[in-house]
Amino acid sequence: MDMAVSDQSLSGNRAEGFSAVPADGRPLAIEARGLVKSFDGTRAVDGVDISVPEGAIYGILGPNGAGKTTTLRMLLGIIDPDEGVRRVFGHDRPHDIGRLIGYLPEERGLYPAMKCIEAIAFMGALRGLPLKEGRKRAVELLERHGLGHAADRQIRQLSKGMAQTVQLLGTLVHEPRLVVLDEPFSGLDAINQGKLEMMIRALADDGVTVIFSTHVIHHAERLCEGVAIIAGGKVPYAGSVEAARDRIPAQVRLETRAREGAWLSALPPETRRNGDFFHFPLPESGIEPLLKGLIEGEAGILSLSIERAGLHDAFVAIAGEAAARQLAADSEGAEA
Amino acid sequence: MTDLPLRPRLSALEAAWVIARRDFVAVLFSRAFLFFLLGPLFPVIVGGLAGSIGGEVQRDAVSYEVGVAMSPEDTARMVAAGEQLAPQLPFALPVLRPVPEAAKDPAFDARAFMEARQGNYAAIVSGSPQRPVIVGTEGQIARWQGPVSLIAGHALAAEPAAFPEVRANPVATSAADERTTRIQTAQIAQMLLFLLTMLLAGMVLSNLVEEKANKIIEILAAAIPMDAVFMGKLFAMLAVSFVGIAVWGTAGFVLFGGAGDVVSRVTGFDITGLPAPAVGWPLFVLLGVLYFAMAYLLLGALFLTIGSMATSVREVQTLSMPVTMLQLMVFFLAAYTINQPGSGMEMAAIAFPLSSPFAMLARAAMEGAVWPHVLALAWQAVAVVLIVKAGSLLFRKRVMKSGGAGRDKRKKGVRLPA
Repeated sequence: MDMAVSDQSLSGNRAEGFSAVPADGRPLAIEARGLVKSFDGTRAVDGVDISVPEGAIYGILGPNGAGKTTTLRMLLGIIDPDEGVRRVFGHDRPHDIGRLIGYLPEERGLYPAMKCIEAIAFMGALRGLPLKEGRKRAVELLERHGLGHAADRQIRQLSKGMAQTVQLLGTLVHEPRLVVLDEPFSGLDAINQGKLEMMIRALADDGVTVIFSTHVIHHAERLCEGVAIIAGGKVPYAGSVEAARDRIPAQVRLETRAREGAWLSALPPETRRNGDFFHFPLPESGIEPLLKGLIEGEAGILSLSIERAGLHDAFVAIAGEAAARQLAADSEGAEA
Repeated sequence: MTDLPLRPRLSALEAAWVIARRDFVAVLFSRAFLFFLLGPLFPVIVGGLAGSIGGEVQRDAVSYEVGVAMSPEDTARMVAAGEQLAPQLPFALPVLRPVPEAAKDPAFDARAFMEARQGNYAAIVSGSPQRPVIVGTEGQIARWQGPVSLIAGHALAAEPAAFPEVRANPVATSAADERTTRIQTAQIAQMLLFLLTMLLAGMVLSNLVEEKANKIIEILAAAIPMDAVFMGKLFAMLAVSFVGIAVWGTAGFVLFGGAGDVVSRVTGFDITGLPAPAVGWPLFVLLGVLYFAMAYLLLGALFLTIGSMATSVREVQTLSMPVTMLQLMVFFLAAYTINQPGSGMEMAAIAFPLSSPFAMLARAAMEGAVWPHVLALAWQAVAVVLIVKAGSLLFRKRVMKSGGAGRDKRKKGVRLPA
């Protein structure tokens, strides 16, 4: 099954996708067109287009070194693109609306000698929140997330997980309208990953736009309304998760009593056999002609299921096998 | 969503203030800063104590007391003459003490007394004021022969000496004479400025390296413009350095106030004897503070840029070496031009931002005009802003390259663009 997507079709995909015109007409929180960034003559990001509507949870999915962090940094104004434009809430310079943005970088960092409450208030102050108000909110946030007892502890006295939570609370203390998280799940155990997923959903429920990068597909699949798949600095797909999955036909899994027979001719040529099971894409003509052929050919159907393609299948189809293998390796590395 | 009526962004000044406030508090209340403060005080305290003890030891070791073994009348005349002359020639004359043994023994032998190592006299004067004989080692004789002769001559005067008051009638001296005397002030001020700048600007060096080690730099860079981060850090460190100067200045003031004469005697330097600068002491001190601030900010901005490029303290030290050398060179340039007012060389030293504060402080000691200082300070401020802008631009271009704030993601050591 060759699902390689040509550059031409990608262009079309960008224009028609989730990013260009949100179906529900929501205003865009982030809009980027043709972002290019080179380092030492190497294109780290090569013509990225992304559009994120307000209130969405949006994932940037790709293996390590694909250009996720550089893209996020350009969107946030930490670095400027060599080419292209980006707008955050309609502003060309994201620093002009720093108050509305919260950012958790991939490299977690806090001042080790600072107390938790001060660290959170300081991060709020960087975004324009008065220190006094920041301290007040810090206490509330710490209490709400089970860290009230650690409010006056120095960061160096916390466990890694607690310090990560404190930093995340510092990202949210000024109540931003856009939260950007770079690899937020890395380094967290399964329980804390679950808590973070809940927190992200709660933010979106409050109307906050959340954009995060990840190399773990199931986080994007579970959380995101839209994704940008990034590989080698390019974005071969940006759109809704549903649309990405719809790019691949549903997969049929068939188990039969008979091993040979005329019914085999009813199977499409892409069929793969795996033990007792046959796997093949759902034919364009639908399931009924297939069923008819199997029954008339006396296949003896034991089970037949039609499974919709997952985001992983879509990623493989869009970004290619090599990128998918790297993504899988990154995920395993992160979990290890 | 927040109900606070907050503006969408902080101004550059507000952003710099947030950074400066945190850095100032963090540095000021760290144990390392306490040691940093005490560091330069140790040599001063030890030097002061050593000087004080040394002075005492010197007074004991090099005794100022000379015994008088003359007739009781002559002894009394000699002692009185010595006391009369002492205020006019402090430290130059010996303190004369009658030798009790000589008063009791008419056949007192001063030479035998000294050879027996009795008494604690540098020398003993015997004979009479008309024909004094000094007994002592060769060194002590060479030292006290002249002063004893002066005292004996004064003791022989028919009338008690009265020292007339000398009325002061100062005249305006030539410009060249003024310049000659003020050069000392200019040189000392330049040296002090240089030492303080080098000592204190070093604090800025590792500042951004620590931020990168703490991995917080990206949070700062995402929230506020990098030049505001740089400015905030510079001014925090400047404020910290003012605290240091205040502490050290107070210590110096206490030291000179309490033991100024000892320090002067031991070091041979009398601060009260420094020629007044051309602009007057109050303005000179004010300009000294302003030029220190500028020199600090200029050097600090360079160091901060270097610190932002480096990934480790060792790398910082390597990278900062050329800047330190450059700073030494510009200091020598500024020092060299003190004697060349109005020359092309002095103009170059004033125009080049890094040497400008040093050259202008020397000029304040030598020339009375104030307006050049206003111009120079403005130019130096512009240079600070330009260096900070260039530094932050370089930081954004060179450092924020890949995921993890410039961290190499691959194990082989080749930077991987994100």
